[in-house]
Amino acid sequence: MTASTTATSSAPVVLDVNDLVISIGSKPDAHRIIDGVSLQVRQGETLCVVGESGSGKSVTSLTVMGLLPKKVLVPTRGKITLAGEDILAASDRRLRQLRATTMAMIFQEPMTALNPVVPVGKQIDEVLRAHTNLDARTRRERILAMMEQVRLPDVTRIFKSYPHQLSGGQRQRIMIAMALVLEPKLLIADEPTTALDVTTQKQILSLIRDLQRDHGTAVLFITHDMGVVAEIADRVVVMRKGKVVETGALDDVLRAPTMEYTRNLLSSVPSLIPRAARPASSEPIVLETESLGKVYRQRSTFGAAREVAAAQNVTLTLRKGRTLGIVGESGSGKSTVARCIVRLIDPTSGEVRLAGQDISTLSRPALRPHRKRIQIVFQDPYRSLNPRVTVGETIAEGPVNYGVPHAEAIKRAGELLELVDLPADAITRYPHQFSGGQRQRIAIARALALDPDVLVADEAVSALDVSVQAQVLDLLDEIQTRLGIALLFITHDLRVAAQICDEVVVMQHGRVVEQGPAGEILTNPQQAYTKQLLEAAPGRHWDFANFRPVNVQSTLASPGAV
Amino acid sequence: MLGYLIRRILAAIPVMGVVALFVFLLLRLTPGDPAAILAGDNATPEQLDRIRTSLGLNEPLYTQFFTWIGKLLHGDFGVSLISNVPVITMIGNRIEPTIAIALSTIIFTVIVAVPLGVIAAWKHGTWIDRFVMALSVIGFSVPVFVIGYVLIQVFAIDLRWLPVQGYRSFARGFGPFFERIALPTLTLSFIYIALIARMTRAAMLDVLDEDYIRTARAKGIAERGVLLRHALRNAAVPVITVIGTGFALLISGVVVTETVFNLPGIGRLTVDAVLARDYPVIQAMILLTSGIYVGVNLLIDLSYTLLDPRIRY
Repeated sequence: MTASTTATSSAPVVLDVNDLVISIGSKPDAHRIIDGVSLQVRQGETLCVVGESGSGKSVTSLTVMGLLPKKVLVPTRGKITLAGEDILAASDRRLRQLRATTMAMIFQEPMTALNPVVPVGKQIDEVLRAHTNLDARTRRERILAMMEQVRLPDVTRIFKSYPHQLSGGQRQRIMIAMALVLEPKLLIADEPTTALDVTTQKQILSLIRDLQRDHGTAVLFITHDMGVVAEIADRVVVMRKGKVVETGALDDVLRAPTMEYTRNLLSSVPSLIPRAARPASSEPIVLETESLGKVYRQRSTFGAAREVAAAQNVTLTLRKGRTLGIVGESGSGKSTVARCIVRLIDPTSGEVRLAGQDISTLSRPALRPHRKRIQIVFQDPYRSLNPRVTVGETIAEGPVNYGVPHAEAIKRAGELLELVDLPADAITRYPHQFSGGQRQRIAIARALALDPDVLVADEAVSALDVSVQAQVLDLLDEIQTRLGIALLFITHDLRVAAQICDEVVVMQHGRVVEQGPAGEILTNPQQAYTKQLLEAAPGRHWDFANFRPVNVQSTLASPGAV
Repeated sequence: MLGYLIRRILAAIPVMGVVALFVFLLLRLTPGDPAAILAGDNATPEQLDRIRTSLGLNEPLYTQFFTWIGKLLHGDFGVSLISNVPVITMIGNRIEPTIAIALSTIIFTVIVAVPLGVIAAWKHGTWIDRFVMALSVIGFSVPVFVIGYVLIQVFAIDLRWLPVQGYRSFARGFGPFFERIALPTLTLSFIYIALIARMTRAAMLDVLDEDYIRTARAKGIAERGVLLRHALRNAAVPVITVIGTGFALLISGVVVTETVFNLPGIGRLTVDAVLARDYPVIQAMILLTSGIYVGVNLLIDLSYTLLDPRIRY
């Protein structure tokens, strides 16, 4: 289940962080980002630091690496000891020597963590050139061997490849190879799988675990995802607002959390077990697609044009007051379908019917009256609201475009803000004055301002912390009950899908793999791909909200358990 | 890649065609009889007739255009109305000083400005950064002729290190050539150093925020390697763009410098031609400048593929 067998409490402590305080600037009364954090990681052990955004988990790890922005964030108290050496007292030169040799780090975004203009083999080679005197041939052999160890295929080709020619999972493997090529004592992994698809995540987690077992590395693993914690941790540190809330062995923390915050955090994790099915609906169909497809054509000077089918033959039905989920990994075409339905992009085949009328081929002016019937909420609330327009004006803009007098639209904006549980004075404020969860509420209010029949939520809760995610999901549910709106919910997260969807469509490579009631698809999938997705969901053997392992018999998720 | 190159060169043809048409019409559509304009106020009717025939002005407009284009393609840009010398010869005689200054300015600018920008970005927010930015504001705001005269006063008149003005061809030895282009180069470099140092600094600041810079530091690479191997190469695309367009601007923008230092370059040739309404020369200069712009832009775009493997045409 976990790597706990390799770690013993008698193993030497590799990293010891003691009463660490990090302040903004060096003034004695400066605000503390990290406030008295202590933690230890032993050889061969994986310590998971969990916390929501702003908890200070990344700052702690960057401090260990000596990578804090100088003079902005300053360690003002405490001690960090790495393999017997005082890190905070070390010179820049000494810190450089320790990096990659004694401590190494991998980051969240394999897309951006590698230099785009340097071949990946050369990027790993830099580590060896900086820290060893090996000749070119030995270095190359060692790199290729390391690339084999992280289970990269065709290593001589990948050695010469640029990052953009590799997949996300391959890039993260390169990062891991780069981090471990000199066999450091400590590996810091900062959300290393957050940007990856679940199936890739599963592979990377087991890779880290295997390499740890083989090399006896101490791993400091930072994550916000309880599922990942359950997969990989030996011990857990829960952080909140720069302080350690709770520390303990994995089992103890998951089964018997002692602190209120930890209990809340665990309770917010959506269960993989679908919620009780609602009775079948005979309400009218508000949205239908019929063999919807989108093909991208790439022109070429010589030779034939290249065609990429981002979505093909997608047929789905959504009734009033119901929620339909489209789940799939990146590149599955789920967002393409959502965007075709809203006509942000034009489908190349099939029909999109809103309350019976096909809108897939309507011209822009002819489409206008239909636009208000279907509205969309996007993934990133930090980028989907115009930063220079007040919240009230943002919400009122849609209705004003459709001829509602400005004063009336603003009044309605106030009511909508109340509906999404935001204070009435929010109306005159700007997006940057709100947190991520609040911004997503604003985005929902904006979408609702036009009284749509269908609300499309494109990964609308993916960028949010679990506790905020739970609140926004509750809000969507409540709005649906009150307004009878239909929800089309695009997500990569099966847990979220299980908690909000009535029906689910599973997509892969632009095609629908399986579709049906959420309760059936998520507990008794028929297709191999759906099974694989469920298998890969991290922490699926834990029922976090009830502080106990899942009774396998009741989920039917494992093959052979039917 | 080759396909892209061919497409780009083909695409340059309509651009140059439009420029040629504009240049052609410049003369034909100016109010009044072109022949009269060309001949000046005191021309006799016989002279006017001769000019009309020689320019083919009695032919239909499109015939005139294609005849003119045909001559252009054979390198015949016409004959100066003032000196009666073929335009191509005039430009040939005057282009060396201009190209020499433009090249030396660009080289000097890059050598000075790129490191300044890199250091300013690296030491972001410190006095070094502020000093470089202050220099850049001065470079932008002081007029070229002021810089030129100040440099002449200091280096040529007070210190007597360098000649005040004039030009010696490169063919007559590097020493005298260098002595005479040093001050013009310095003068002209000020504004480009200001521009490119700012650009480099801004591009570097963006890149230094990137995740892969953090990765490079996490690998334990020395700061110099982080800056040069990882940051600068990624910051190069916008910087190269500015250097390229800067070079094209230089060719057409050296008039003041050529005047201050009394250099026989094409900047002054152009101004003289405009003042004297020497239309064939003006036409040739417009064509030449546009051609340089089109060519430099193509080179810039091609350089992107060398700098960034993600850019493939």
